Amino acid sequence: MLMLNCPYCGMNKDETELSAGGEAHIKRFGPGSSDQDFEEYLFGRANPKGLHFERWRCSSGCGKWFHAARCTLTLEVFGTYEAQTLEPPQSIKDLITVKRPGWSWRAFS
Amino acid sequence: MSTRLANNGRLIDRRKPINFLFNSKKMIGYEGDSLAASLLANDQILVGRSFKYHRPRGIVASGAEEPNALINLGEGGSFEPNARATTTETFDGMVAVSQNHFPSLEFDVGAINSKLSQFLPAGFYYKMFIHPRSFWKHIYEPFIRKSAGLGKAPKDRDLDKYEHYYHHCEVLVVGGGIAGIQAAKSAAASGVRVMLVEQTAHWGGRAVVDGVVIDNIAAEEWIKGALSELSVMDNVVIRNRTQGSGVYDHGYALGYERISDHTPGDSRPRHRLWRIRCKQIIVATGAIERPLSFAGNDIPGVMLAAAVRDYVVNYGVSPGDRTVIVTNNDDAYRTAIVLKDAGLDIPLIIDARPKGGGILMDQAIAAGIRVETGRGIAKVKGGKRVTGVSICSQAGEGAELEEISCDVVAMSGGWSPVVHLWSHCGGKLFWDSSKAMFCPDPKHPPLGVDGEGMVRVVGVANGHLGSAAVLIDANEQGSVAAVAAGGKTKKLKAAHCNNSVEFPMLPVWLMPQGANYGLRSKSWLDFQNDVKVIDVQLAAQEGFESVEHTKRYTTLGMATDQGKLSNINGLAVLSKSLNMDIPDVGTTTFRPPYTPISMASLAGEARAEFFQPIRKTPMHDWHESNGADWEPVAGWRRVYAYVQPGETTKQSVNREVLNTRKNLGFLDASTLGKIIVKGPDAGKFLDMMYTNMMSNLKVGRCRYGLMCSENGFLSDDGVVARIDDGTWLCHTTSGGADRIHAHMEEWLQTEWWNWKVWTINLTEQLAQIAIVGPNSRKVIEKLGGMDVSPEALPFMAWADGNIGGISCRAYRISFSGELSYEIALPANQGLQFWEMLIDAGAEFGAMPYGTECLHVMRAEKGFIMIGDETDGTVIPQDLGLSWAVSKKKDDFLGKRAQQRSFMDNDNRWQLVGLETLDGSVLEDGAYAIASGKNANGQTNTQGRITSTYYSPTLKKGIAMGLVHNGPSRVGEVISFTKIGTSPVEAKIVSPIFFDPEGEKQNVG
Repeated sequence: MLMLNCPYCGMNKDETELSAGGEAHIKRFGPGSSDQDFEEYLFGRANPKGLHFERWRCSSGCGKWFHAARCTLTLEVFGTYEAQTLEPPQSIKDLITVKRPGWSWRAFS
Repeated sequence: MSTRLANNGRLIDRRKPINFLFNSKKMIGYEGDSLAASLLANDQILVGRSFKYHRPRGIVASGAEEPNALINLGEGGSFEPNARATTTETFDGMVAVSQNHFPSLEFDVGAINSKLSQFLPAGFYYKMFIHPRSFWKHIYEPFIRKSAGLGKAPKDRDLDKYEHYYHHCEVLVVGGGIAGIQAAKSAAASGVRVMLVEQTAHWGGRAVVDGVVIDNIAAEEWIKGALSELSVMDNVVIRNRTQGSGVYDHGYALGYERISDHTPGDSRPRHRLWRIRCKQIIVATGAIERPLSFAGNDIPGVMLAAAVRDYVVNYGVSPGDRTVIVTNNDDAYRTAIVLKDAGLDIPLIIDARPKGGGILMDQAIAAGIRVETGRGIAKVKGGKRVTGVSICSQAGEGAELEEISCDVVAMSGGWSPVVHLWSHCGGKLFWDSSKAMFCPDPKHPPLGVDGEGMVRVVGVANGHLGSAAVLIDANEQGSVAAVAAGGKTKKLKAAHCNNSVEFPMLPVWLMPQGANYGLRSKSWLDFQNDVKVIDVQLAAQEGFESVEHTKRYTTLGMATDQGKLSNINGLAVLSKSLNMDIPDVGTTTFRPPYTPISMASLAGEARAEFFQPIRKTPMHDWHESNGADWEPVAGWRRVYAYVQPGETTKQSVNREVLNTRKNLGFLDASTLGKIIVKGPDAGKFLDMMYTNMMSNLKVGRCRYGLMCSENGFLSDDGVVARIDDGTWLCHTTSGGADRIHAHMEEWLQTEWWNWKVWTINLTEQLAQIAIVGPNSRKVIEKLGGMDVSPEALPFMAWADGNIGGISCRAYRISFSGELSYEIALPANQGLQFWEMLIDAGAEFGAMPYGTECLHVMRAEKGFIMIGDETDGTVIPQDLGLSWAVSKKKDDFLGKRAQQRSFMDNDNRWQLVGLETLDGSVLEDGAYAIASGKNANGQTNTQGRITSTYYSPTLKKGIAMGLVHNGPSRVGEVISFTKIGTSPVEAKIVSPIFFDPEGEKQNVG
């Protein structure tokens, strides 16, 4: 059972106290977008073996959504951060570079 | 015979005899006995029957690895199947019954399978029961089901209590042998919080049995001292009878404490599940002795050599008078020496190694015991009990050299480290060929949250077979683990121990090495599931080369012991059959729990009323005492109908509908979701949430709104009220309140986080009561207070005020088509207001009504219900709700989705009303039948029923349903399925069955 630190309330939370929200940093496509963009937005999700960026909600805690950078293979957690951002904070990207040199994920690297 | 000795027995108290029943036979044991020890003391060597062939089975082991001695324990609400006699402590009044035999343990008709064994090879069931196909359901399956399972399933509700503990520490040490204790001491010295658990009632593991000397004192004394040191430390928690059952991600571990299994009825919980979070786990779980594969190794009386020693030393029980020992290593000589010292007869030690062993062998010879090296057992003689063995050359094919009479065979095939906990969460193993064992590979540990190893294995479990090395390893790793978990570096000196050097073991996977087919077909690998050497060889021959496939094909290691004894020997046989090395074949997966744990302990206190708290409205108790027939809704209990004496529930519903339409009805609508949305950007936000416009709603007015998912499908509906310039109150469905609040928060926090909007879920703060029917205004006016006249409070308006002296908010909204007010007030005044209404309403014919009446009335009016008319595949346009989908707004959740070609299209199943030609009620979920068949040969469909009721108002069945192009087909008659009878014809009509002009809600 995973344990993640909620960056809002600062608590280490068991997986059962959180709700998983799928991939993070998805860009919304609304009216006026092409069928292809809309399909990718709604259904296109990465399923990597390794580094991933995910959304979680502190649902049995403070109720806030946050993001986690973790490895789906080893379950190592590189960090959690507030969801109000379009990309991971530099400190987490730096840490990932130390642990997984040459990494890339979607548009980030 | 097996019996109680006059000497030995370090764990029993001979002054405290215990009476218990085994198969209705009165037996006597001593306090401190395991059930297996008690049974052996009463010469009960036969304790069960094997699974497939119903072969007689005796006790083999002395611990958690026992495959045979599985017992039905207790009676009624305390009944438990498959209890291992070796890990069950005997108590006064215990009732134990053996398993898997008919009519009796001694005479079992199922044993005929053993005679038929040559016709029941591995994979027999797969090969036999596949043809003819039609036989499966009525012939094969019932037969297999009848013979499946060892123990009986409990019939009564469990009478005992169970509980969960949540525990946090830095270092968890699993195993209370000398390695675990030394590791715990070492870790605790650094100041971190340590928990030390031991699965049995006793500390010390094998060292105390084997007479190890530590720091110049007996191991038993050293352990006592170490435990008393640990027990006074504030940072240490120690629990015996607690198994480290499983290791999971990020330092999560399960402990399984058997609190009162041995003291039933003393009011303590029976089991306690420890849910442990720690940073480092030290696994000090020792090793399990391997059986040897020789013909007749399953006959009762053939036991593990160390187990024989355990029974003598720990319980003062001798499994037999004459014990032949067969081994491939030095350790089994300890058994010989212990038995000899206890005055028992050892006619022979058979050592498969050509040159035998070291110092221990010399000691045995000096004690006058005959040792034959380079020999093996050709065959064990006996049926329900060993009577003798014939010996042969280990290097040969089994030619018998000599026959020796005995009643016990003590076998040792070497030791396998218990690596289960290391492997549960991904730790890898390597094959140590010098020791012929799988050991934890420290280069590939289970990883923790930081990507570093979170489990360490110490002592024998780590492949160290001598006590001196065990203590050094445990001390070192205990300290390293503590530092990794955040402790200070503080090194203790490891306890000191001198142990003699032993000669290396010789891997013996088959005895004799070239055993012929006849011998191999009697050489058991898995005693419980009856898997023999030839079965694994057959699996390999038939192409089941993966160890996981072989396991499933032969059932090797699939029994309740999960192959603790059988797996390694089976792997070795498989690898030899495949001409591969053992590490290349690999092991099957080790999964938690280590041994079966009780289902009730997993449930803990979450049973009956504690399973899930029931949400109760402020008027709950009033409903309860006024005939409520309850239905569960989103954790709440809502009243389905108020059943009066002499009524059926159906009659109650009809009465409530007719009375509400004619006079006056009250509904407890407190469960309705109520979410406040407030802030400068609240209007903009609600325009995104709802398909229709909410920002232009005037203060004081209400509007019905729809919510869709981003995928376009209907998700919730409800009436929204504009409270002030910056505040809206959104009503949701009862089941949707928490979900919709979370949905709003998700979009606010993750997409539009710069919008200034606050949401709060007020559902439980407010009681809400619907006052419905032609007399609704009269009862409010009688109570007096605010003006609820049509002029002051027109349809779809709300106002704050007071009624009968209670401050409240009145909404003029209707879900029934009647003149109707919904009154919201603080929850703590809900009951008072409800009772005032009941009293005041009496003269107007008031009656409370329940949710089914609500449903019937809304269906009569053609109002949709989320969850009935919608199921996650329905869009507003399907339900004739296009009027509530804004064409003016640039964007809202679901807008882009609804522009997709298959949604922006009339060629869909759409909402209609349906009336049967004979007035009967259609079945809920019934399908409208279309012509022809689909590709799977199933009848085509063209629609389905979404709501269906008997309307007491119209005195006939009415239904709503989704029908292909339905609204353009009004007047057409189509057929609907009805289970068990021929289809029913129904006419497509408007979904508004009653008062289509909507006049009733406006009565003056």
